[in-house]
This record gives sequence, C-alpha cells and structure tokens, in this order.
Amino acid sequence: MRARLAFVALAAAACMAAAGCSFKGDRDAVVVVGSKSFTESVILGEALRALVADAGITARHQRALGGTRLVFNALASGEIDAYVEYTGTLTHEIFAAAAPADEHALRDALEASGIVLAGKVGFQNNYALGMPAARAASLGIGHVSDLAAHPDLVLRFGNEFMERADGWPGLRDFYDLPQRDVRGVEHDLAYRALAAGDAEVTDLYTTDAEILYYDLRTLADDRGFFPRYDAVLLHRADLESRVPGATGALRRLLGAIEETDMTALNAAVKLEGRSEREVAARFLGDRLGVTAPGEAEGRATRLLRYTREHLLLVGVSLLAAILVAVPLGILAARLPRLGQALLGVVGIGQTIPALALLVVMVPLFGIGAGPALVALFIYALLPIVRNTHAGITHIPTPLLESAVALGLPPAARLRHVELPLALPTILAGVKTAAVINVGGATLGALVGAGGYGQPILAGIRLDDVGLLLEGAVPSALMAIAAQWLFERIERAVTPRGIRARAAD
Amino acid sequence: MFRLSHVVKTYDGTRALDDVTLDIAPGQTTVLIGPSGCGKSTLLRLLVGLIRPDSGRIEFDGRPLDARSLPAVRRRLGYVIQEGGLFPHLTARENITLMARHLRWPASRIATRVYELAALTRFPDEGFDRYPGELSGGQNQRVSLMRALMLDPQVLLLDEPLGALDPMIRFDLQEDLQRIFESLGKTVVLVTHDLAEAGFLGHNLVLLRKGHVVQHGDVRELMEAEADEFVGRFVQAQRSFRSGLDSEP
Repeated sequence: MRARLAFVALAAAACMAAAGCSFKGDRDAVVVVGSKSFTESVILGEALRALVADAGITARHQRALGGTRLVFNALASGEIDAYVEYTGTLTHEIFAAAAPADEHALRDALEASGIVLAGKVGFQNNYALGMPAARAASLGIGHVSDLAAHPDLVLRFGNEFMERADGWPGLRDFYDLPQRDVRGVEHDLAYRALAAGDAEVTDLYTTDAEILYYDLRTLADDRGFFPRYDAVLLHRADLESRVPGATGALRRLLGAIEETDMTALNAAVKLEGRSEREVAARFLGDRLGVTAPGEAEGRATRLLRYTREHLLLVGVSLLAAILVAVPLGILAARLPRLGQALLGVVGIGQTIPALALLVVMVPLFGIGAGPALVALFIYALLPIVRNTHAGITHIPTPLLESAVALGLPPAARLRHVELPLALPTILAGVKTAAVINVGGATLGALVGAGGYGQPILAGIRLDDVGLLLEGAVPSALMAIAAQWLFERIERAVTPRGIRARAAD
Repeated sequence: MFRLSHVVKTYDGTRALDDVTLDIAPGQTTVLIGPSGCGKSTLLRLLVGLIRPDSGRIEFDGRPLDARSLPAVRRRLGYVIQEGGLFPHLTARENITLMARHLRWPASRIATRVYELAALTRFPDEGFDRYPGELSGGQNQRVSLMRALMLDPQVLLLDEPLGALDPMIRFDLQEDLQRIFESLGKTVVLVTHDLAEAGFLGHNLVLLRKGHVVQHGDVRELMEAEADEFVGRFVQAQRSFRSGLDSEP
C-alpha cells in the first residue's frame, strides 16, 4: 500500500516536472497578458488577449493576478508581457519616490525597467462628481464649476473622499464651492441617498457601473482639479523581438475605449453578470471586427456557471436561514407572547415584494451576490421559523410532561425529545424555503448576482425564448430536485417510530 | 413520604383541589380514587411537580417540594401515565434508558438494570428494539413502567396506568402490578376510577369528591364505614367491586 502511494507520488511529480518544462519551452511563442483583481482590469486583459489571438498568436490571460504592485512586478520580471495600468497609479504608487512630473518622465522611468508605455487606451478612470441625470438636467449642471451657483445642494461623499486632501477639501477650495450640507457616509449609502432623492451629488469613479445603474451624470472637471488616471497600455520592451507582431496586435486597443464604453462594459459584467471574456469579445467584435477564437463560453460551460452561481445563492442563503430560523422558532415556541411578535415580524419580511426587497438591499450591500443573498435569507426565514414553532408547540402534552417527570433538564428535553419530534415539520419548512429560494434566486440576476436569472433576463430583453428557457428550465428542474432531495433527507432522518405513526 | 397541608389548586375558577390535607405513608400502596373531575389526577400531578399548588404546602420526605428541590426529587420518583407517554421516536429500550444515558451511567450498569426490569415486568426480549407504535397497549405500559423504575426510585406514581387497556390485558397487568408492588416494597401512589382495581392493588384508599378528601382508610374501612351517602353511592355504582373484594385473600 505504502509502495503504491510512493509510486503515485513519484508519477505525479514526474508529470508536473514535464508540464513545467513544456510550459517553459512554449513560453517564447506565447504572449501572456495580465490583469489586476478588479472587473475593469480583467475586461481589459480579456480584450488584449483577444486582440493577440486575432493576430494568430497564441495568447494567455493571467486573470486577476492581484494588486498593482504584484502585477507591475510580474511585468517587470517577465512573467507577463503586457497589461493596462493607470497613469495616476504609476506616478503615485509605483514611482511615488521619484514622482515623475510628466508623461515623458514617466516613460523614462518605465524604460529603465524594460517596460514600454505604448499609449492611452482612451478612457480615464478618475475621481469625479456625479448627480442623478434628471436632477442635473433640470438644474442645468454639467460641470463641477456649475455647482457654485447652487449653494443649497445636498452633498454626500464616501468617507475616504471626504477626508483625502485631493478629495472634497481640495476640490472645495479649488472651485470655491459654497455648499454647506456636506457629509461623509458609507459610499453605498451615498448612492442610496441619491436614489432616494435625499442627496444630489456624490463622488464616483468615472467608469463605475453604478453610473448606469443609478442613471447618474458625471460632472466634467472643467478646471482640471482631479489627477488624471489615464488607462495606458504597458508591455515589455523585448516583446516585439520575441514575438513579432504582438505589439502591433496589442496596440489596436489604443484609443479604442471611451469612458462611456468602459462604464457600459463594467456594467455588463457587474449588473448583467456576463463574463469578462464575453463582454470584451462582443465589444471588440462591434468596434474592431475582431472575432477571437473561443470568445464565448459554450452552452454547457455557461449552464454550469449559472448552476454553480444559483446553487451558491440558494445554498448559502438557506444555510444561514436555517442557522437563524431554527433557534428563533424554538424561542418563539418557548415564549408564546414574544413568539407571536416574532412570527409577525418574520411574516412581514415575507410580504415585501422580492423586487422591492432587492432594490432596498442594493444600497446596503452593493451590487452582486450580497443583496440577493440577504433577500433570499429573509425569504427563507418565515417557513422555517413557522414550522419549527409549529413542530415544537404541537408535541402532545403527555410527552412533554413525561420528559419533565423523568427529570430531563430543559436542554436535554429539547435535544432528545422536542427537536427529534419536531424534525419532520422543521424539514418540511426547510423544503418549502429551498423551493421558494430556487425560484426567488432567479431575480438575483437583476442586481448582478448571476444564476439562472441571467439567461431569463437576457431572454426577456432580447425577446429570445430559447435564451429564456435556458434559465427557466434548469431553474424548474432545480426546484424539483430540491423538493426530491429534502423528501429523501426527511425520510432518512425520521425515526421509524414516527414514520409508522405518520402512515396510520 | 408525602405530606400535603391545606393544598388548593384552581383551574379556570373551579377548585380542582380544595383545602386537601393528606399523609401518604412510605412503603405502601396508596390509591387515589373517585369519579371524573374529583381532583385525583390533579393531586398526582402536584406530587410529581408538573403543577404547583395555589396555596398550601407539599412536603416530600420531610422537605418542602419547590422549584429548588424538584430536579433532585424527580430522580427519586417514577411516573407512569395512562397512555404511557412513551416517546414515539425512540425504541422501547431507548425510552427506558433515556434518563440513565443522560446521567452517563456506564453501559454495563444500564444493561444489567434493563435485564432486571425485563424479568420483573415479564417483557419479551424482542420487544426492546421496537417503537411504541409497533407494540401493543399492554406492552407499552410495561415499557412505561420500566422507564419509571429505571433509576430505582423510592416512589412510583401511576396515573390511570391501565385506563386505556381492554379488560383481558388489564386483568393480566393488574396481577403483574400487584406482584411488582409487593416485591419492590416501594411507596406507590396510583390513580384509578375503578374501585375493584383500587381494592386489589392498594393498602390505603383515598376517596375524593369535588376536590375534597371524603374518606381515607383501607378497603374494608371504606366498605363498612361508608362515611356519607356519597361513599355509599360510589361503592354501589361499582358493580365489579364485590368480585374484586372477594378475590382479596
């Protein structure tokens, strides 16, 4: 046995060594693109990969490698050949000590590291001020300097922007802004206040997906206060000599992406839950006529991803709901008066329309899986709390009295008598919650949580029944599977004694 | 063993027990008897601490029975109710050993005790792994009795233990109960509405009516004294009483 294990380990080591060698051997002919670990960077990485592939060169994308320093070092050491960085980041983070005064100085500093700044991609990702588009239009505000004429505007900024010297304090002095009602809040709350009409101006990054989600107008920094964070293409100086034609392919991205484009691309990933690869491929196809091989996921991988996301939404929210709802149900059964109030409150949670609940959750938890998980969690509470309560309060009095008379203390009674007897009822509640959540999770796609709702929403938007069914059918199947699974679990954990009685 | 002084218990304005004073002798079988609603079950539930008296005092073994003393006292009491009160999700063995397992008795001690109890109650081996739903009413009462006796309590309290059984099984179990009570010599308090059963099983009979103790004594005293007209009517109403009395040695 031990000998066999050793053999397997050896074989595995040999395989890895071989793989490592072949990887190194191929490295010369391959262009490796990198990206930092946030959506925009990954989209740009996918775009670069597709452009290189379109030129007939083998390309690989090391997605979301990490933070700025890590990715820049990877480029400097030759682990990757190219990625998109921001000028402001380069001057303030990478070369903070040298503080290159202009683009020429920056180019020189990069060249010393064997890196070429090929040029601007087109958009900037700057700090900016944003206003709800309708409000901005009605007041005729399009530039930051226009704010000076409206001293009564309510301003809510993220805490960081509120405090940084290059944030609100600097901006106020620079533009001589008169507003008084200015406060720092959690940034997501600022968006919420804007959506609710409680505030009118907030800070944002110029390519944030939220600009589209909340329909904001970015105010032009007409006097140039904010530092410029131009997106620029960086590649290794030795790339062209190593892989002829690669830099030419990469350079097609220069000047190709405007700010509104980038915002839309970010939104497509964050709000619609599309993959970065798909979004980048579609954009390049529209603008540059690029049809990169393997640009879209196949139906099978796509379905697998939806399924994984959907299961995650349902599973995590259900698990959290069980952990909270069962103790709440027990509490409600123990303290009848509190119990009634508790059931009432949980019941109200159930009556909030799913859509409304999601919308309320977005400002609190941002976009993505967060708000969907919380909403699903709230939905799952009621059936489980109610059934736990019912299961425990419906245990016949003689049984409870027997347990008391035996001398079992309350905790032991709960564990040995009440919970086992209530278990089938509790599980029935969990089953209900699971089935509700499988359906409810499809709404998660509205806030970028992914799952089967994605093809359903896309199908509705594009009037494509096939696409719609791609989400609707698996979702229905998952609901049936959940039902089946919990019935099996119910049968497996219900002792024969209760089952026999239930069959009477 | 138990001493009740001026105990009052009221349910929804009606007095289930009205100023009851009573001594329950140790080592003997005391039967609480009377028509429905006389308060006999209420009295038993007070003794086991499932309910508390509105006023008056209950002592167990010389100490007041209160929230503080109850947990310890309960382990010295065994309690059997009409339908057995067996946990349907546990097998006969699990029902019997639940409390002992909770107290972390060693397995060997549990096994020995179960073996003794099976012999005492004439319970068949193959029944131990069945659930209450799979056993007959009579067998369930034997399980319930074993469960009550598991910790070898000083006192056994039975609330109409044979009430739900059909006559033949009831007859067998009465004989078994009598034998068991005699062999154990424990303090037994039993509630029944059947005078024959009371006479057959009990040393002392406590006749209750509308929350009052009407008469307290042995069977013959009850027969002969007929303290008031109610006792006479109650005795007359039990047609089987004569035969029950005749079977007394």
